[in-house]
Amino acid sequence: MTNQRCKGARDLLPEDTERFRHIEDAFRRSCLGWGYREVRTPTLEYLHLFTAAGTLTPSMLSKVYSFLDWDGWSGERVVLRPDGTIPVARLYIENLAQEDIARLFYVTNVFAFEETGKEDRERWQCGVELLGSAKAAADVELILLAVEILRSLDISGVEIQLSHAGMLKALLKELKLSPDEEANLLTQILDGNWQVLKQMPSGNADANRLLSSLLDLKGKSSGSLENLKALREISFDLKSQLDNFAEVASLLDVLDCNYRIDITATRGFEYYTGICFQLSAKEDKIGGGGRYDNLVPLIGGKSTAACGLALYLDPLMNLVQPKAQQKTAQRIVVSGETTTPEIMKASFQLAQSLREAGYVTELDFSGRPPNRRWVVTVQEQPSPFIIVDQAQNQKREASTMANVIKIIGGSA
Amino acid sequence: MALPKGTLLPATACLLSETGLEFKGYTQDTRTYRLQSTQFPHVSAKMFQEKDVPIQVAVGNYDLGICSSDWIEELLAKYPASALVKVFDLEYNKGNLYMAASQHGNISSLQELSARQDSWRMVTEYPNLAEASALSLRLRRFRIFPVWGAAEVYPPENSDLVLLWAKDESEIRNQSLVPLTTLLSTSASLIANKERWQTKNVGQVMAQFSQGLGMTAKPWLELIPESAKSAKSFQADFSKEKVWLAIPDGHQQAPAAEFLSKAGLKVQGYSGSTPNRRPSMNLDWVNIKVIRPQDMPLQVANGNFDLAITGKDWLLDHLYRFPSSPATELVELGFGKVKVVAVVSQDLPAADIDDLKGLIQADSASPLRVASEYTNIADKYLRDNHVSRYKLIPTWGASEAFLPEDADLLIENTQTGKTLAKHNLKIVDTLFKSTAYLIGNKKSLESSTKRKRIASLVETFRHSAESNRDENN
Repeated sequence: MTNQRCKGARDLLPEDTERFRHIEDAFRRSCLGWGYREVRTPTLEYLHLFTAAGTLTPSMLSKVYSFLDWDGWSGERVVLRPDGTIPVARLYIENLAQEDIARLFYVTNVFAFEETGKEDRERWQCGVELLGSAKAAADVELILLAVEILRSLDISGVEIQLSHAGMLKALLKELKLSPDEEANLLTQILDGNWQVLKQMPSGNADANRLLSSLLDLKGKSSGSLENLKALREISFDLKSQLDNFAEVASLLDVLDCNYRIDITATRGFEYYTGICFQLSAKEDKIGGGGRYDNLVPLIGGKSTAACGLALYLDPLMNLVQPKAQQKTAQRIVVSGETTTPEIMKASFQLAQSLREAGYVTELDFSGRPPNRRWVVTVQEQPSPFIIVDQAQNQKREASTMANVIKIIGGSA
Repeated sequence: MALPKGTLLPATACLLSETGLEFKGYTQDTRTYRLQSTQFPHVSAKMFQEKDVPIQVAVGNYDLGICSSDWIEELLAKYPASALVKVFDLEYNKGNLYMAASQHGNISSLQELSARQDSWRMVTEYPNLAEASALSLRLRRFRIFPVWGAAEVYPPENSDLVLLWAKDESEIRNQSLVPLTTLLSTSASLIANKERWQTKNVGQVMAQFSQGLGMTAKPWLELIPESAKSAKSFQADFSKEKVWLAIPDGHQQAPAAEFLSKAGLKVQGYSGSTPNRRPSMNLDWVNIKVIRPQDMPLQVANGNFDLAITGKDWLLDHLYRFPSSPATELVELGFGKVKVVAVVSQDLPAADIDDLKGLIQADSASPLRVASEYTNIADKYLRDNHVSRYKLIPTWGASEAFLPEDADLLIENTQTGKTLAKHNLKIVDTLFKSTAYLIGNKKSLESSTKRKRIASLVETFRHSAESNRDENN
């Protein structure tokens, strides 16, 4: 059998899709419960939405699926959505900007090229965006929402790593680099190369000291952040970023939410401006999010504070075990003995009654019914229905449809 | 080996013969594409357009190839996983890729590009490198117009930026351009297919190269291609009332010049093998540039030019890719008659496209390899004929060399079919007949401020085309 699936693409088989839906259902239930509303954005967007400085990093941009549409003679390129947040920010600007606070969520696929084709080029995520609030409470809300969803999915060993992109950017300013050097350094850091920071020439001694204490800091409480604020000679901007970091951390302390501070958890997205968090379970990264106060104005909206969260469906699918539904386990096959109009009519009617009673019911006219717990044969003589319970190895007869439902219901 | 035609040929031929790797018939005026090494019986070569060389080596049709490194980088910019290794820098044809703007325009530095909110138009033969550099320069909005050639003539009126190759900065300045940044340095290079390089012993050939590159006298370095481009001084014209007309270089130049003169349109400097790219006309409200006919439909669609003289073949290739494009045919000019045909090797047991489909079905493992300059025409033809699996190989000319080794089917134009027959090829289908057309932009014909002027020029063309037709009948 030749493999005709595209490189880097994935099929979701029935078992996979069941897990997918299980996660999606838990996600939707929690989001709806917290007052979020579901949205969908198109798969295609204009490339320029993602090219503004401060949205996607150059290395992410070099992996987007961009092309000319059928009406792309003007040279305007479109992309397969490379990110979930930016399109929702666009949707907000175009439709919902008059709302003080918009709580939105979505389940979407995002596309990024991956060279070997061994990893997925299309990934799924459950995303949440809270637009219009600059309060630390909003950051905390998203973290607690994520924790609630993961708990309802019975995922154990969830860890939260906390960092702060605003603090990181303010810190880079203290190093007094040229704008090009600073942008280049940030790009490298966001690509995960934290080593470059250690190799930085020392300019501002206090900034360097702060930098190395932060890099070494894998503390658990907000207290360690308070200690850092005691460092003198740090800028007002850096101090206010540290204040914000400490405020969110202490709120999480009060709410008994465990986390670890790890500033190297800031990664990938240039649009983050404040608190960032990563969620992991065992070795898998299963989600992340953060505050992005500059994104909406960058893509043409008015100044809007915002933060977001994404849970990654692909790793989560390996971690969940959906409970089989009670009545799904009771699967029934209605099998017509012949294909005369009368038998077929009776079979379809019986199947409908069973479905109305809440059972999953398949129809079979091949004479070779698939292996399910119940097989109900519809025949003309002598009794219209024969019920075989494969689990108990029992055979019974019934004269009416009501009887069939009663017998199956009685044995469940 | 895949060897380059064109500007790189003299120096490459010299290097090969000096290193004992001479190929018989590897000359500019050769009529054959297949070459045999004079010394090594197991070494053979084929000649390609230089741009085709890295692609042919990367897909594994050739073990080794020689081309300028800019074409390697252009391929890798889009397909970083290409199976290419650069073996030797051959040191000749050194130059750089520059991002440049016009001396007569309003851009003088890179900083202005990212600071301003404009949607920058960039014309280039290197669209992949152009996109990569636009993204890394963080240009917010940009539009890249790939061209087949003459990129330097577009700025400042018909493009803001140009990404082009030149020997050095002074060559850029001679073309009335300002270099904004240097993307990369280039030189002729020997490349190898990565897989073959790891499995096939090409040691003997390598030894010859390495010996040659170690020699103290390198006469091939002296053979600098004499394409030093320069532009005559000109006045940039941003006037909104002027009509922009594009006229063709290459094969269509002579008949187009004849047509224009018969129509009473006197174009100065549009003759000879190196026409002035900005000739002048006896109508002072018309601005003219000489560009490649392949590039005209896209330029007209985008309003960079109002009218253009090109072939129906190139207009259709454009419209098949962009069905809603406003580029449209206006006047059939009656010269440049060709047929666009589907061609296979005479050895292939297929008389028409259905036979060919039968052959693919019989060999389901390998898709049909289709080479064409007209990628969109070829694509549509194959889709319309429900050819289930095919691979399109875009080429930059001399496509008949591809059959039968490197492609199974060719979509190509022909006047008489004689050249095809000479190369042992046969026509299995005629897609359509093409002639030269005056093309224009539907939208600017309806609404632009220069609507009347455009209409009057179109009328001149139409009148002349009709009287030519009457003469011939």
